[in-house]
Amino acid sequence: MIFSEKHELMRKLAREFAENELTNEILDAVDEGAEYPKEILDKMGKAGFFGIKTPVECGGQGSDCVSYVIAIEEIARVSGVSAIWMSAPNSLGGGPLMLSGTKAQLQKYLTPVAKGEKIMAFALTEPGAGTDAGGTVTTAVKDGDYYVINGRKTFITTAPVADWAIVYAKTDFSEKARGRSRGISAFIVDMKLPGVSCGKAEHKMGIIGCPTSDIILEDVRVHKDDLLGEEGRGFQNAMKTLDIGRIGVAATSIGVAQGALDEAVKYAKERKQFGRRLADFQAISFMIAEMATKLQAAKELTYRAAQLKDMNSPEAGTAASMAKYFSAEACNEIAGKAVQIHGGYGYIREYKVERMYRDCRVFTIFEGTSQVQQMLIAGNIIGR
Amino acid sequence: MKLLVLVKQVPDTNEVTIDPATGTLIREGVPSILNPDDANALEEALALKDQYPGTTVCVISMGPPQAMYMLRECLAMGADEAYLLSSRVFGGADTCATSTTLAAGVEKIGKYDIIFAGRQAIDGDTAQVGPQTAQRLGIPSVTYVQKIREIKEKTVVVERALEDGYEVIEIQKPCVLTAIKELNKPRYMTVRQIEEAYQKEITVWDEIALNVNPKDVGLVASPTQVFKSFTPPPKGAGEMLHGTVSEMAATLVAKLTEKHVL
Repeated sequence: MIFSEKHELMRKLAREFAENELTNEILDAVDEGAEYPKEILDKMGKAGFFGIKTPVECGGQGSDCVSYVIAIEEIARVSGVSAIWMSAPNSLGGGPLMLSGTKAQLQKYLTPVAKGEKIMAFALTEPGAGTDAGGTVTTAVKDGDYYVINGRKTFITTAPVADWAIVYAKTDFSEKARGRSRGISAFIVDMKLPGVSCGKAEHKMGIIGCPTSDIILEDVRVHKDDLLGEEGRGFQNAMKTLDIGRIGVAATSIGVAQGALDEAVKYAKERKQFGRRLADFQAISFMIAEMATKLQAAKELTYRAAQLKDMNSPEAGTAASMAKYFSAEACNEIAGKAVQIHGGYGYIREYKVERMYRDCRVFTIFEGTSQVQQMLIAGNIIGR
Repeated sequence: MKLLVLVKQVPDTNEVTIDPATGTLIREGVPSILNPDDANALEEALALKDQYPGTTVCVISMGPPQAMYMLRECLAMGADEAYLLSSRVFGGADTCATSTTLAAGVEKIGKYDIIFAGRQAIDGDTAQVGPQTAQRLGIPSVTYVQKIREIKEKTVVVERALEDGYEVIEIQKPCVLTAIKELNKPRYMTVRQIEEAYQKEITVWDEIALNVNPKDVGLVASPTQVFKSFTPPPKGAGEMLHGTVSEMAATLVAKLTEKHVL
């Protein structure tokens, strides 16, 4: 894709930010368990990274999806976990609000999220239900002006540090709604409400530094003003949010893949074996050719999905699934080959590709596994 | 306050190479950037704008139409207005002719309090355009500004860097101040301001708009003659001498004699 000057400037901003702020020292400390630095999150907020597509009147930057993809890509090129911090408020945190929020809700919740002042988590997945939302067992029972929510959400990104969470819960218990996606409603839940607690942060393989945990809801009373969208329409809200969110994962994937490729090329040109640079061996150079080609294909799919989204095209959802599926798989392959090119050094923490390899493993899993993307793509082509 | 900032688009010298046959810069494929010292100049103006509400910051550049991109970057950092002085007749200008054109642009903009400029551009390293522009405008200038201490009603108090310290100077407004990188750390653009930068008009003025005589600008008004430009040959690696002081002295004398230095 040929970018406009405006988008080139977006890339320049994000690249300069990533190269200046996300130093090896900070990233190593975060990977070893240090808390993600608040100063960096504040600087990201100031640069406008938390509300790229969010309308200006809601505290956002009023830009577009292509800008969002470019910014995420450049941050992810240097740090996967930083890209997750950045995509969360743009995508799963802000998305449900932008789709269904009332004016008052947008002002109260979206504005501080877009400015980076507050953190909004997205709580859909349960121990027994993720994409299979029909299996949702969290319930919300109406009681006067309140809904009483009970249930457990799992693998919720930023849950331990969130101010609020969008919680999806069943509100229709009639026979016809049983085991189906209908009858689910979305709620904005203040994490400080009585009855809300978090499980302990998960020990993850990668993306260390952005905590993930369960959210436990025990007789949590949520006011009806915090019902998001119409009662019973929560599933549609979640699916539409994920439709868009997938572009963010695709962008993170192409960013990490570019970082891994850069490292592999650098190493192949430096490292000498049998009297030659690694890059001079055809076996290695062909690997690099393949990595670069797959990456370019992934980029084109991702940019196209973003462009279709900006045009409000009905094809945007499938395009996002294709981009997410291909880019996440390609990123894993590219990071794997980058480790291979590094040999033993790729297996130790001193080299960047080790972290990239761990970070990207989840890309084919979260926000709809590769197999779920295939289901969606096939469903769109063949019909359900 | 009204603050003007003189900026230049330069090739990113980290990426530039020199054609060994002709001795000229190979500019093809080299990205153009906002001159680093000019970014410090702009930052200082923007910092004053943050401090004094109602301040406007205008950036001015002389250059080809491609320099619009750099001006958009300045707008995306927070500048309010951008002016590009662009015409074929401005081409090939040395610092002497450049400052004539810039001064004409400044005068057309009208009243201002301070003009900021970078100390020097990384492509020419002359450090002349800032002070020359001040000369043509008939206003005072301070170069190598490392800190602005105070803005008073009629004057500005600044620190001017010296090799081994600094001097404090109080200068009459309006004036030209040239910035060094120690002055500040340029801010990032923001996503919103990038969007807005593309909704703003950049004013383009040619020699007619500036009312300058084509004989006074560009190549014809540039007394500088480039005799030759070349890359100095790289210095060889140094050699460390070992042993006692007298041994090292003996070796040194022997080596210098061998090279006919002594």
